[in-house]
Amino acid sequence: MPASFARRTVLALSLLGLTTAPAWADGPDTILNVSYDIGRELYGAINKQFSADQKAKDGRDVTVNQSHAGTSKQARAVLEGLEADVVTFNQELDVQLLADKGALVSPDWKSKFPNNASPYYSLPAFVVRSGNPKNVKNWDDLVRDDVKVVFPNPKTSGNARYTYLAAYAFALKQNGGDEAKADAFVKKLLSNVPVFDTGGRGSTTTFVERGIGDVLVTFEAETAAVKKEYGADKVDVVVPPLSLLAEFPVAVVDKVVDRRGSRALATEYLNYLYSPKGQEIIASFNNRVQDPKIMEANKDRFPNVELLTVDEVFGGWKKASETHFASGGKLDQVFVGR
Amino acid sequence: MSRQARPRVGDSLLARTLIIGAAVSIAALLIGGPLAVIFSEAFRAGFGPYLENLATPDTRHAILLTVATALVAVPVNTAFGIAAAWAIAKFEFRGKGLLTALIELPFSVSPIVAGVAYLFVYGAQGWLGPWLLDHGIKVMFAYPAIVLASLFVTAPFVAREILPLMQAQGSAEEEAALTLGASGWRTLWSVTLPNIRWALLYGVVLTNARVMGEFGAVSVVSGNIRGVTNTLPLQIELLYHDYNSAGAFAAATVLAAIALLTIVAKIIVERNEPARAG
Repeated sequence: MPASFARRTVLALSLLGLTTAPAWADGPDTILNVSYDIGRELYGAINKQFSADQKAKDGRDVTVNQSHAGTSKQARAVLEGLEADVVTFNQELDVQLLADKGALVSPDWKSKFPNNASPYYSLPAFVVRSGNPKNVKNWDDLVRDDVKVVFPNPKTSGNARYTYLAAYAFALKQNGGDEAKADAFVKKLLSNVPVFDTGGRGSTTTFVERGIGDVLVTFEAETAAVKKEYGADKVDVVVPPLSLLAEFPVAVVDKVVDRRGSRALATEYLNYLYSPKGQEIIASFNNRVQDPKIMEANKDRFPNVELLTVDEVFGGWKKASETHFASGGKLDQVFVGR
Repeated sequence: MSRQARPRVGDSLLARTLIIGAAVSIAALLIGGPLAVIFSEAFRAGFGPYLENLATPDTRHAILLTVATALVAVPVNTAFGIAAAWAIAKFEFRGKGLLTALIELPFSVSPIVAGVAYLFVYGAQGWLGPWLLDHGIKVMFAYPAIVLASLFVTAPFVAREILPLMQAQGSAEEEAALTLGASGWRTLWSVTLPNIRWALLYGVVLTNARVMGEFGAVSVVSGNIRGVTNTLPLQIELLYHDYNSAGAFAAATVLAAIALLTIVAKIIVERNEPARAG
């Protein structure tokens, strides 16, 4: 008995030796797109079409792998060595981080693709319970005492940073640029949030599956997806009359593509996002695009909204980040005080 | 001198009923209910769709990756556990208390801390990261990182199970074997291991269950690449957030089945180990 026990153990260990190195190494026909949390379905669809088109074009079997989470978590992972050939984020701060900290992305990444390297845009909008029982119409409804709001943590989620800045911009506009009043506004808003998830999709599940909160604030693209997924008998979408332009910047991660030799494929992939076919897929997932023809064809999806920009209200992302999101910034102050 | 036998609390029929009732209903609510939901949700659309959900390439890959992780992590930590427990139980040396404490550490550290710590060592911005990158060695956000994180969280299980037994048994039998001319290896295989085999097996079963179920530490170091670095627990979360509840529950049945098998294995082990109390 002891002898056979020993033999079996040795056998197990030698089998182990054979199985320690599974071949999951990527070929040059595979690239990785590291992306924001709620871009899952969109990039799933784009990647499928991109692969099919590449196959039709030159018979090449191309795979685009995808990874989704809150963009700051993703940027952090790319900095720490997650081998992203391209990043497709939801605000420029996290792309800029890759340029500033790890020299992973070239400093002029914004000029490498059209429209500030943003193939599409969206805006923060609201999802409410069916029939809008709390009568939520605009940003000032989110600071009412009887309204609970759900959105992710602005520290980890680009989506949530738009929500925070949109609310701030709204309050500035309401109060003739009075910063103290805007500070108080976002403080009250944050105190109305019972749960902060790390990414947009986490907040969606908190709101819909767990039934927490009266309003979910997330990208318009996600609000439409939520309504489609859960039905009008459960949720309604409210697009506020004023919101903030949310751009979705993309970049080739130079350090990675140079090492892997995947620059051509990575660039082709990002260009594909700007192609008519890519733009149509993007619009079908309720993201707004620049192409007027596609916008006209989808105009019932996209109500008119007055869109403020981070540049005009906050003097650009860099300044907005320093004032609001850096350690000790306004967000930290209102978080602590809430 | 005969003392009047006073009825203790546990002896009263009412108290007994209440306590047993509370224990049973809490167990049903906290454990039985969710377990039933997992299986009923997974099979809601029938057995065919259930199998289809499990057979999607990403879920299949997650199962394979989880098994591949366990294939390395379990034997390594078994060997480590035996070596550590052997050293602590049979020898006197300086720093023995420290080693014991170190083995226990993963029990008290949150797995997410372990994941982040590995990032600080092996990440591209970490101590060894740049060197690894220069030499084309991929550790983080790949299979090796998942194995490392799993090794960390499950390091104590085997040692913890066999150490008390080894200490209780002392080293008399080993000394006898050595006196009779057996080599060190022979003593290990023929004396020590057979003596602790049931405790060891139990430790291995626990290690395996934890490796396959680990979420926090793996989540930090995996990079969440779909169909590439998602282990089963990560895949379940991903499917759930993809609005694919059926897929998530189907994948969850695999983990639940492993948990149930673990319980069965635990019962068998305890039956065979009369020395183990509870």
